[in-house]
Formats: sequence, C-alpha cells, structure tokens
Amino acid sequence: MDWLNAIVQGMLLGGLYALFAAGLSLIFGVMRLVNIAHGDFIVLAAFLGLATTTALGVHPFVAALFVIPAMAVIGYALQRGVLNQTLGDDLLPPLLVTFGLSVIIQNALLEVYSADPQKLNAGPLEVTSIPVGGLSVGLLPLLTFGVAVMVIGGLQWMFYHTALGRAFRAVSDNQDIAQLMGLNRRHIFGLAMALALAVTALAGILLGVRTSFDPASGGARLIFGFEAVIIGGLGNLWGTLAGGIILGVAQNIGAQINPGWQLLAGHIAFLVILAVRPTGLFPRMSG
Amino acid sequence: MPEPMLQITGLNSYYGDFQALYNLNMHVDAGEVLAIIGANGAGKTTLMRSITGLLPNGPGEVTYKGDAIGALRADQIAFKGIALVPEGRQLFPSLSVEENLLIGGQTGRAGPWSLDKVFELFPILKERRSAPSTALSGGQQQMVAIGRALMSNPDLLLMDEISLGLAPVIIKTIYDALPEIVGDGMSAVIVEQDISKALSVTSRLYCLQEGRVTLEGQSKAVSRDDISRAYFGVE
Repeated sequence: MDWLNAIVQGMLLGGLYALFAAGLSLIFGVMRLVNIAHGDFIVLAAFLGLATTTALGVHPFVAALFVIPAMAVIGYALQRGVLNQTLGDDLLPPLLVTFGLSVIIQNALLEVYSADPQKLNAGPLEVTSIPVGGLSVGLLPLLTFGVAVMVIGGLQWMFYHTALGRAFRAVSDNQDIAQLMGLNRRHIFGLAMALALAVTALAGILLGVRTSFDPASGGARLIFGFEAVIIGGLGNLWGTLAGGIILGVAQNIGAQINPGWQLLAGHIAFLVILAVRPTGLFPRMSG
Repeated sequence: MPEPMLQITGLNSYYGDFQALYNLNMHVDAGEVLAIIGANGAGKTTLMRSITGLLPNGPGEVTYKGDAIGALRADQIAFKGIALVPEGRQLFPSLSVEENLLIGGQTGRAGPWSLDKVFELFPILKERRSAPSTALSGGQQQMVAIGRALMSNPDLLLMDEISLGLAPVIIKTIYDALPEIVGDGMSAVIVEQDISKALSVTSRLYCLQEGRVTLEGQSKAVSRDDISRAYFGVE
C-alpha cells in the first residue's frame, strides 16, 4: 500500500511539475527560446502572490486573479522590450540574457524579502484529504493536478483550434512567411511569453501553497520543468504532462526506498529516458 | 498618365555585404500582369523580398499607391494588399491545408476571395482540406501557396517561380487558372525562368541580369534575340 501511495502521490506531484514545464514548452515551441529564468519567474509569481495576500488579506487563490494578469503583462513587456532583441540565428544571446534575468530576479527578491523561507497560507485546504480506497489523497495535490490537466488541455485546444494558436504554429514554422501573412512576429512572441508567464503564475501560486519558497528556489523548479519537457518530448504538451508525472512518480518511489534518494531518483529516471529515447517519449505529433 | 500602382526607384538590395540589386527602376500599373524573367541569381527573388518588406529598403525606394513603403515591415505591407507566393511554396508544415489558407486571410482584407472561392478554383484542395500540408504533392502544395496568397485579397499578387519543380501537366493547370485569378483587376507580377510561359500570360516584361534591368518591353513585341541577349548577356 505504501508503494501504491507513493505512486499516486507522485502522479499528483507530477501535475505541478507539468505546470512548471508548460510555460517552458510553450515558448520553446513558438520561438526556440530557452528561458533560464523560468524557475525564477515561478518564484517571482509566488512572491507576488505573497505580496497580494498580505496586502489585501485574501486567499492565495483569489490573489491568483491579480498575479496571473500581472505576470502576463510582465511577460509581454519583457518579450517586446528585451527578449525580442536577442532572438536570431544564434541560440546563445537569449540564453545569456535570461541567465542574467535569473540573477537579477533572485537578487531583487533577496533585497526585498530576505532569504527567509516564505509560504502562502491557504488555510484548511492544505491539510484536507479525501479517502480513496484505503489511500488518503490530499485535496490540494488533487486540485493542482486538476488545474494542470485543465491548463494543458486548454493550451492544446488553443494551439490547434484558435486563430492565435494557428499564428503561434505558423510563426514557429517559418517566421518570414508568417510575416507575409500580416503576423507581426514580435507581437506574437510577446503574446506567447504573456501566456507562458500567466501559466507560470498559476504554477507559482500552487507551489507557494504546497511548500515553502525563498528567492533561491527557482533553480530546482527550472530543472524539474526542463526534465518534464524533455521526458515528454519537445513541443508536445500532453507529453509534458506525462513527463511531469513520470518525474513525480520516480521521485516519490525514490523517496519510498530511501528519503535521501528523492531528487536523485527523478534525475536518474530523466537520464535513463534521455539515453533510451533522446527525443523524449512523445515527440511532437504533427510537423 | 496615371501613377503606377507600384513604383521602384533606385533600389539597391544587399544580403550582408553582397549587393544583389543595383539601382533598379521598375513599375507595375494597376490591373497589369507583368513578367520578370532572368537566370538563376539575377536577383528576382531578392526583388520579391524587397517589395514585400522581408528585406529592408530605403523608404522611398518602393512606393505603392503613392505611399513610400520601402521601410515598412513585411506584416505592415501585407495589410496594404501585397501578397507573395514564395519560391519553393513554403507552406506551414504544422498547419493543415485549410489552416494554411485561413492564415492567408489573417489580414481580414475585404474582396472576392474566400475559402470557398479558393476551393472552387482548386477543387482538389477541398477534398484534402484537413490533410497536413506536407502530405500534398508538389502541384497541390503550389495551389495551396497560391490560394494562401489570394486569401488576403491582394491588390498586387507576386508569384515567384510557381512552375519550379512541377510536372508540365500541373504547370498547365496552374497557368490555366491564372486568368480567373487576375480577372478581377488584380495586378500581378509573375517571376519565371520558363520564358515562353511567362510571355504567354503577361502584357509586359522586365529581364534581370546580375541585379540590373537589362530589358523592358511589351511581351508580344520583344524578340527572342533581344531576350537571349538580356538574359545571358551575350552578343
């Protein structure tokens, strides 16, 4: 039963990892930009959630209503103001610039909030659990998983059934020809980053409710997000969810064997899949 | 004499340090179907990229309906009503046939062309509307590329090497569709290496050689010798 429990809890944890990863996957898919600061944006969102809850005295999920649009605006401004200038044939400039952003965000947060761990208080929701066939499933992890499925499903639908999704795919395919269709790629990239950071905002709030965070927590979230994306296969959103679940399950099984092995087990699962299936389990479906 | 729809004045275009077009002068009148011929590397595709804004130019080097558009971005020019059928078709591989056409209509310009109208012109595309664009034959892909450009209801349609790499029977189908395409008074520029095809459907031609105009004339009036000289630069 302990093992089954580890697997179920791991799957639910995987939902959170998929949320970390969805934004990464989206912007890599649309503009081939690897955002090294992604983990720090997740933490930034958690701190914005903290600021909102303390300022207004609201529940973290209500704070999300402010944090999501705020992160989207930050994303659009950042893309138009900074990141668009780094995009080109060379992959290095965006890597360096986002690495710099990562340092800036971490230090700015450190300056304002110090290195003390913080936590978003979601009240009784945090400890409520539902008995499921002998297992006790936490309501919060279940909710997180549900949000992840909805977000991934929503992104997938947006990508394949809306004009915006069509524009994202077209710009990703061929930027020049997409421009000829009247699509301003700088604007489209801005929208993609806005959307990615809106998802990141959700991930940050859920992270902050689940566990404590501090300005230096971003790095590990970036790694988990990357691993989920690579395991699932680049450019496949449902694959990213599967990747998150595999990572979460591997970590929890590792922890079940020996509490010190939690992170190691996740990384080993990632390396094994990378060695066996370098393109990930579900490489991009069409195109 | 009315002002030409598109006027190119002293256009110089560069790829990095390489100059592809030298002080080019050219115009397209409203409702005219024009041919641009020339050998590989003569600068035809560069010219198309300059007109559509994919290559940056000086503002006054290209004027369209009286506006200097030389320095505008490609997406801004698209909204003004210039559409390109690019060399090598260049469909969006992750979009279906129908999506490729729909994205051509992204600018939302009003006019006679719609999805149904394109399907009427090329019925095979209707059958294959949900297929990935990569699953189509070369000729069908060319039809999508033309349809995609038409979907923006352009006033000026540029077609770059639409017969390249296609079987003669397909080329005939596509060229047979041309009168219907330009019938509504749309201006068109046809870039071709196949000279006789180009001359048969156009009223006027320019010949490019090494980035310069070497011949301009009425398609019916120019002689084969003139074209050979302008095309190859030999006496």
